[in-house]
Amino acid sequence: MSTGLSISAVVVVVLATLAIGTWGLRFSRTTSDFFVASRTVRPRLNASAIGGEYLSAASFLGVAGLVLAYGAEMLWYPVGWTAGYLVLLVLVAAPLRRSGAYTLPDFAETRLESRAVRLVSSLLVVAIGWLYLMPQFQGAGLALRTVTGSPPWVGGLLVAAVVVINVFTGGMRSVTFVQAFQYWLKLTALLVPAFFLLLIWIGDGATPPTAAETGVSGALGSAWGLPMTSDQPYVLYTTYSLIMATFLGTMGLPHVVVRFYTNPDGRAARRTTLVVLALLGCFYVLPPVYAALGRLYAPDLITSGHSDMVVLELPARMISGYGGELLSALTTAGAFAAFLSTSSGLSIAVAGVLSQEFTGRRLAGVTAFRIAALVGVAVPLALALLTSGVSVARAVGLAFAVAASTFCPLLVLGIWWRRLTDVGALAGLAVGGVLSGVAVVDTLSGAERTGWTDALLAQPAAWTVPAAFVTMIGVSLLTQRRRPVGVGRFLVRLHTPEAVPLDRG
Amino acid sequence: MGLFGRNQLGSESDRATFRTLHTASLASPPLRGGLTRSTAERSIRHLRSLLASPAVALTDTVDLLAWDGKAQHHAPQTAELIEHADDSGGPAVVERRSIACDDPGCVVRRAIVVPLVVDEATVGTLQVFAPRASAGLVRATTEVARWVSGQLELAELDASRTRLIEAEVRALRAQISPHFIYNSLSAIASFVRTDPERARDLLLEFADFTRYSFREHGQFTTLAEELKSIERYLLLEKARFGERLQVTLRVAPEVLPVRVPFLCLQPLVENAVRHGFEGKSGTGRITIIAEDYDRDCVITVEDDGTGEEPERVRLALAGALEGGSVGLANVDERLRVAFGDDYGLVVETAPGAGTRVIVHVPKFSPGVHP
Repeated sequence: MSTGLSISAVVVVVLATLAIGTWGLRFSRTTSDFFVASRTVRPRLNASAIGGEYLSAASFLGVAGLVLAYGAEMLWYPVGWTAGYLVLLVLVAAPLRRSGAYTLPDFAETRLESRAVRLVSSLLVVAIGWLYLMPQFQGAGLALRTVTGSPPWVGGLLVAAVVVINVFTGGMRSVTFVQAFQYWLKLTALLVPAFFLLLIWIGDGATPPTAAETGVSGALGSAWGLPMTSDQPYVLYTTYSLIMATFLGTMGLPHVVVRFYTNPDGRAARRTTLVVLALLGCFYVLPPVYAALGRLYAPDLITSGHSDMVVLELPARMISGYGGELLSALTTAGAFAAFLSTSSGLSIAVAGVLSQEFTGRRLAGVTAFRIAALVGVAVPLALALLTSGVSVARAVGLAFAVAASTFCPLLVLGIWWRRLTDVGALAGLAVGGVLSGVAVVDTLSGAERTGWTDALLAQPAAWTVPAAFVTMIGVSLLTQRRRPVGVGRFLVRLHTPEAVPLDRG
Repeated sequence: MGLFGRNQLGSESDRATFRTLHTASLASPPLRGGLTRSTAERSIRHLRSLLASPAVALTDTVDLLAWDGKAQHHAPQTAELIEHADDSGGPAVVERRSIACDDPGCVVRRAIVVPLVVDEATVGTLQVFAPRASAGLVRATTEVARWVSGQLELAELDASRTRLIEAEVRALRAQISPHFIYNSLSAIASFVRTDPERARDLLLEFADFTRYSFREHGQFTTLAEELKSIERYLLLEKARFGERLQVTLRVAPEVLPVRVPFLCLQPLVENAVRHGFEGKSGTGRITIIAEDYDRDCVITVEDDGTGEEPERVRLALAGALEGGSVGLANVDERLRVAFGDDYGLVVETAPGAGTRVIVHVPKFSPGVHP
């Protein structure tokens, strides 16, 4: 598939991103509409922005690819990525906003009054950010190859270059409106083609996708439509592990937490999360549609190992001529919007941490931030080029596993358990980080394993998350004398609505 | 030593000095937070390594705060040992019979108790436990206790500096320019007959503005609140100047929740309005911009007035200028105290070129909350 339309779609998205980054969206107000200037971001707008930043290559391409190849079991990925916000809503959103923290290391430092915990949290933010950026670059490489036939590194380099240029021109700040627009762009880019594709499918006689006789790993025929029926070993364990990683990992993603700061108070943070749940719920209905249609119209993608590209290929295959090309161009534009918005958010979060914690005071602010952005983008790009063979959605799943094993215990215990100490937090972060890190490195290195070892290392969350929790609780109980002085006041501030008149000092 | 010695860290005694100073510097930061269970806990390990004794305890005036070292079973006795402290600040050596214990091989046979004194009042004790109280150990304990007292005095100084700032904010609240009140009320009065509806609205704005400015609680507020108050202020000034006052606001919504010191922008805008019209006729243009820079927020207040000699601004910022810019030095000082010295005011001005004041505020700073 090599079409001028799809290429121009990529060019338009890239140029638009660069233009917004360079000139920005500037809203000046004059005296007549004064009182609008101090109006804070409404939950609905903020939720769209979170959705725009959150829906990455994994959601846009990866989910459809996994469901296409492995069947209904893989629906746990989109379910988990949405339900993560439910956990966030119930346990974390409002207290985290009330803590006044801008990043996760900020929260760790104020809660535990310890620079060491801050430093370890910063390291983890960088690690999770890199792990999450890597599949974005890989996805971009694959997508660009599908469109132009270029080698896989070109797409990754293109996205990385756009992100770096944006940071250098001072862009990608104040991007709430841009990110909110990105959500609706991505939704449209899947919704409109899906509508036409379903019409074609009904016109062709509406064959059920389970009738197709192609597949890998046992997802054949009717088994494709049912969960837990594949002959993959330890399917029950891997499913629960995946649920744990995705449900608990969302709260530890650096670019998501930063967005919550824009909410004016804890109540608005909760409302925002609620709207995010609805928006993600709408979006995730669509990728499985592509997967199901892919079973019928593009089964060769499964055997050739390019199932991640089903969203991009399907419109042109099902609709011949100009219309199909146009719809393919639309999904391609959506895919690049996904790569760019997620990569930008993550790169800025990582660069911010790198410049603040690790360059010290030797460099001036702007220079430090630029160098940090270069390093922050170059490392995952190199990783993306070195490792391959792990599908986009699975790689993102690993980032969730690390986040769930480290920041989830820190946030949940930090907010709800007054006996957490700095030593306990450090020990828990170390145990969770090292265990899940070992599993990630092993999976990415592509080592061939079988049996339980393979299952445990491919989906580590089910054992690393409890290990981190137990360590954090156990060590905290042993070091009760190090409980921070201000913990009582801090927790009162976290859990009392802003409207309650109370001395929070 | 000779040639190679220069590259090393000096003689053995030099290195011992460095080690001691380094240990002291490790114990210092927690103690600068005052004497509490947590700060005692964090510093006591370093105090024990300074003294090289089997066990060390820090207490307040009634009970144990932290214990480090062997013979943990003596820890409950520390509360009684506080009584032995010498009020004049000298060391007291407690004999074995006062610190009874069942363990025949116990390393603790003597205790040295030295009071910690801040502003001539005893706030706690440093207790050192050892097999014997050599003159050297007693001397060392006394010196360490004196050093700890010094650190605690500095902590007290920090606290009084904060109290001073709070007092200054209170003073600033009362400092809303009488001219502004007079001018606003006259402007409102001029509308009472011609446009009673507008007069009523303005009066309500005036009431809201004063209520915010005289607010009693809280050193900090959000940028959104501060901007709302500034909008009210500008609305009142516009009632007076009419079309002569042109205002442009460009605010990134992401930075509105940022915490800023209470009334830190108000004086800057007041100055801008004053400079915008001082010694010139025609319109005055004021631009207020708040931008998002990842971890920081940058607020710019600009006027196209006559400008100022940079030297005068420097004096005003140093607080050395009588009758100079209202509150400029105060705002600068409060920003520095709240966020550190990197976050002071930056003023760009020259005669005839207008004035631009730039405020950097971090989105997060430990200890800053409403």
